[in-house]
Amino acid sequence: MLIIDCPYCGKRDEAEFHYGGEAHIVRPENPSELSDEAWAEYLFMRSNTKGRFLERWVHSEGCRRWFNMARNTANNEVEAVYLMGETPPKEVSK
Amino acid sequence: MADSYLRQSALASLHLIARANQADSNAGLSMGERGFLCQWVVRGDAGNAVFASAVKDVTGCDLPIEPNTVQGSGYINVLWLGPDEWLIVAPDGSDAGPRLDEACKDIHAAVTDVSESRTVIVLAGEHARDVLAKGCALDFHARSFVVDQCAQSTLAHMHVIVHQRSDAPEFDVYVHRSFAESLWQWLEDAAAEYGFAVSNPV
Amino acid sequence: MTRQANRLGTDLVAGARIDRSKSIWFTFNGRRYEGHEGDTLASALVANDVQLVARSFKYHRPRGFFGAGAEDPCVMVQVGVGAETLPNLRATQVELYDGLVADSVNAWPSVNHDVGIVNDLMSRLLPAGFYYKTFMWPASWWTTYEHVIRNAAGMGVAPKQPDPDTYDHMHIHCDVLIVGGGPSGLAAALAAGRTGARVIIVDEQSEMGGSILASRLLVDDKPGAEWLASALAELGAMEEVRVMPRTTAFGHYDHNHMGLLERRTDHLGPGHDIARQRMWKVRAGQVIHAGGAIERSLVFAGNDRPGVMLASAAATYVNRWAARPGQKTVIFTNNDSAYGVAADLADAGISVQAIVDLRVEPGAAALEEASARNIEVLTASCVVETRGKRAVEGVTVMKLNDAGDGVVVGERRFDCGLVAVSGGWSPAVHLHCHAGGKVDYDEIQGCFVPGKTLEAARSVGAANGQLDLADCLTAGWQAGTNAAADTGFRKPGKVPKGPTATAVEVSPPRHVWIIPAKPGEENKVKRFVDLQNDVTDADVRLAAREGYRSVEHLKRYTTLGMGTDQGKTSNIPGLGILAAELEKSLPDVGTTTFRPPYTAITMGAIAGRYTGQMLEPVRRSPMHHWHENHGAAFEDVGQWKRPWYYPQDGEDMHAAVARECLAARNAIGILDATTLGKIDIQGPDASEFLNRIYTNAWSKLAVGRCRYGLMLSEDGMVMDDGVTSCISDNRYLMTTTSGNAASVMGWLEEWLQTEWPDLKVWCNSISEYWATLTISGPFARDLLAELCSDIDVSNDGLPFMSWREGTVAGAPARVFRISFTGEVSFEINVPASHGLGLWQALMTAGEKYGITPYGTEAMHVLRAEKGYIIVGQETDGTMTPYDLDMDWIVSKKKPDFIGKRSLGRADFLRDDRKQLVGLFTEDPLEVLPEGAQIVDDPNAPIPMPMIGHVTSSYLSANLGRSIALAVVKGGINRKGETVHLPLENGRTVRAEITGMVFYDPQGERLNG
Repeated sequence: MLIIDCPYCGKRDEAEFHYGGEAHIVRPENPSELSDEAWAEYLFMRSNTKGRFLERWVHSEGCRRWFNMARNTANNEVEAVYLMGETPPKEVSK
Repeated sequence: MADSYLRQSALASLHLIARANQADSNAGLSMGERGFLCQWVVRGDAGNAVFASAVKDVTGCDLPIEPNTVQGSGYINVLWLGPDEWLIVAPDGSDAGPRLDEACKDIHAAVTDVSESRTVIVLAGEHARDVLAKGCALDFHARSFVVDQCAQSTLAHMHVIVHQRSDAPEFDVYVHRSFAESLWQWLEDAAAEYGFAVSNPV
Repeated sequence: MTRQANRLGTDLVAGARIDRSKSIWFTFNGRRYEGHEGDTLASALVANDVQLVARSFKYHRPRGFFGAGAEDPCVMVQVGVGAETLPNLRATQVELYDGLVADSVNAWPSVNHDVGIVNDLMSRLLPAGFYYKTFMWPASWWTTYEHVIRNAAGMGVAPKQPDPDTYDHMHIHCDVLIVGGGPSGLAAALAAGRTGARVIIVDEQSEMGGSILASRLLVDDKPGAEWLASALAELGAMEEVRVMPRTTAFGHYDHNHMGLLERRTDHLGPGHDIARQRMWKVRAGQVIHAGGAIERSLVFAGNDRPGVMLASAAATYVNRWAARPGQKTVIFTNNDSAYGVAADLADAGISVQAIVDLRVEPGAAALEEASARNIEVLTASCVVETRGKRAVEGVTVMKLNDAGDGVVVGERRFDCGLVAVSGGWSPAVHLHCHAGGKVDYDEIQGCFVPGKTLEAARSVGAANGQLDLADCLTAGWQAGTNAAADTGFRKPGKVPKGPTATAVEVSPPRHVWIIPAKPGEENKVKRFVDLQNDVTDADVRLAAREGYRSVEHLKRYTTLGMGTDQGKTSNIPGLGILAAELEKSLPDVGTTTFRPPYTAITMGAIAGRYTGQMLEPVRRSPMHHWHENHGAAFEDVGQWKRPWYYPQDGEDMHAAVARECLAARNAIGILDATTLGKIDIQGPDASEFLNRIYTNAWSKLAVGRCRYGLMLSEDGMVMDDGVTSCISDNRYLMTTTSGNAASVMGWLEEWLQTEWPDLKVWCNSISEYWATLTISGPFARDLLAELCSDIDVSNDGLPFMSWREGTVAGAPARVFRISFTGEVSFEINVPASHGLGLWQALMTAGEKYGITPYGTEAMHVLRAEKGYIIVGQETDGTMTPYDLDMDWIVSKKKPDFIGKRSLGRADFLRDDRKQLVGLFTEDPLEVLPEGAQIVDDPNAPIPMPMIGHVTSSYLSANLGRSIALAVVKGGINRKGETVHLPLENGRTVRAEITGMVFYDPQGERLNG
């Protein structure tokens, strides 16, 4: 069980959080203008990274805020947490 | 017209007030329901001076900005729940919520009455921390969790807000109304080995 | 039998950790024995000269005590009787209590006469992988084979009755957690404790001390026991130090999350009212692994005869429990540590015949210990066979050649009942590895030692490959000091000195993974690697030759290292043999993965308090106890208990539901709808937000009006539905289905926080604030009018899909004129504390109208009569609004809403998608089972092409016939056609595809 450093509440058990998948997938501005392929790309396609992965979490049993996290999927090391809407901090941006 | 109704607290069916009279002086902790509190969830921008001063004016408390803390006036408590979310708690009959709603009508803030949504179970005494630790992963050690600290978490798989009221220690455990009986049943079972008395907190 | 024939007197062993003045009587395999307080079941049996205690897993060969603790692979017993019984405990870890009843497992009819021994006679026919090779064909017979094999393997029995004991869980946080209460762990605890850090030290045994308990070495120039007592006294006096014996650290998980199992009453026997075991979930700032090392055996011919025992175990039985494991002894070793054992045994009056050492040059100090006691040392020698029937009666020793792969002619024979073996030491790296720690191979010691870890953890002492007591104490002290400092605790002032002992020089061990047999007997002997699973060196080599080159495959194929001991003593010898066969180095072969738990833990401890009534929290509405008192049968809806139906006077479910349905259409039905999700949505952009969330348009909803909405997920599939009402300017009340209340709230927050932070909207859940009471039926309005004077409840004053605020029976209320039954219907919302009062008021005032409470089953029937869908029943995550024939609710004008783009994908426009329709069975009283499959041609060959299935099916009392909703491929355009439903019992039912609205199709009653 991970310890996740909620950017608002501080360090809490993973059990208080829910996982929200890959981060920085932006919803297209005008979906109706997209081809089926482009829409499917947004809707279904996600990376399956071994190593550093930028992902979203929500502190569902705490402050209910969403945030981003850089986690190494191979060993569960949490490298950074940063707010929703922010770009990844320098040390974890690829 | 039908008979007038009786308001029922979330744990009314457990007859806790009657049980409170059979206090056990050897008990390792006491537990009781603090029902019928007025509670409002307040959403707003902590950086907005109008919002912060409205809260101060209406409640007499500074808006707690520090995460997991509580500001209290003796009459009203304001609990930090999130970066844009607070819980105002006042005794039955308070009109703080509507007054705050009025004071915030020109800014982007929201006041929602949740008085009925949660009840408070008060745990107090030597083994209160042990009972909490049986079902909650927060660190309640006196070095880590102090008076007027609060946190949202789960206790026995139920969402709760825990507010430490005193060094006794005394904890207010806010639990959603529909879960209250389940939580009480769980607490009684968890507390049995320490011995507990039912209290009648006000 | 003499009582405790093998109990050594105080003249021979002075410091044993048993209370000889306290006798404990226990029963093993039906016989009564005496032991003492402080004994384990194993030590008491050793003291009583009981040697044969178990049978091996595959060949059912006799097994005796091999170890003295968690490492023992063999001596599994069933402890306790009836509901309290626990299978597969290690006798070496079971503390004795008065009246304890234990039996051997894996032996039938008894451990002395086991018919499974025929497997041993057939062992030539049972090579590695035998089961895989033999029982995989024909595949369909596997279930038969499996049944027989599992019975033959019989590992003890699980209790049939519910467990009468309680178990619980406890979370705890600390700065420094120390696993292992031996010398290094205790030194660490003292160092860390003195800084004021929060320290927990655990040990799986009944008392702290580890190797000190069975050692005669001095610490701080004092006898070990004396130092131990003073260390424990000091730790006990520290407020922030928790000393936990009888506690196994069974798993080290991510981020220093550790699982501990504390056995609180197992050593006392049954009948205690505190939790029998407690699982501790620890978060530690720093972890110190000080769990010691596990001694290995040597792989020599006949090494599984009872009487062959790990040398350290023999010393432990003697020193700790004054139990004599044998009279005449031969020590067989590859390292110096067994010389101390020889000395201990000799000092306890046991005749040590010889020390057989694989090495040419044992350590000087070791040799001195032997010569001081006139013990003959045979260097560069090995045991080539053991003799005896059920147990060892003697051994044959020969000289080993230089290469270690053969013997030199000339043999010595010794009579002995005990062979004390030491094949070197393996640090207990298990916990270190659980959390992803790497291991490094130590060539000299022939073992894996802890390597890199991402955790804030360190290993010390024997767990780190340090076998000398002096090193352990120093390293432990240092680790405790450093770990505390890393969590911010430092002892001010001069650095104090830790406990010390005298260092001993040792010579390195010699590693010979397969000990040669007598010349000419190589192919006849059995040399066991894994004593529990009967894996021999030949099995390992055969597997390697058959291509099982990966150690993980080897494990599964041969079962080496599987079972309850997980290869604690057998892993390294097995790897050594595999490496030799593959001509690789041992570290290149690698190890299998260590996974939690370190030793088995009970299901009771895992469940903790969450069993029976507390399995899961239950949600109750404010009217719950009224329902209970009025005989409601309850249905689980998520965590809610909802009234399902209210049987009266011997009614069955069918009769009760029929009565309830008729009442709702002919009188008044009352439903507890409190479970619906309710969300307060406020802000200037609230209507824009609703436009994006729902498929239909929300901009023009006036204050006081309500609208039904459908929510899609982004893939275009129906996710939830409900009625949303405009409360005031820029303020709405959204209702959700009961099951989705929390997830819809999360959904709204997710979009607001992650995609549309610019929208000025606040959402707050008020599901728990309101009690919701729905009255429905032709007299509902009359009843409401009686109890409500401040709202005009007439059709004009409160038209369909509108709401008003007022009071009902004196309670502040919001009254919504909406309907899930098709009748005139009012959803009365009052603050939850008023719910019960209002319910009672409605029941009292409604009596004259025949008011009837109805449950969820009647609710389902009533809405199905009207063709109203239930999300999660008619939908399953693959249904679009078009599939539900709900095109009317999908706005064509809005530029975007969640899921809109997906509705245009090619797959959504297919005309053979499964679409929701009604079904009328040919026989009106035939009620189709929900889930029944629909086919066009019942005579088609199996597997028949299936074109849909039934989603809802009921007998409608109001219609006097059965009705069903179903999804059928292209069904919307197939109304009037006949389909077939082949049922489980072989019958096929014919049904006609119809529209979905079975009752009052014009909707006249709704506006009545």
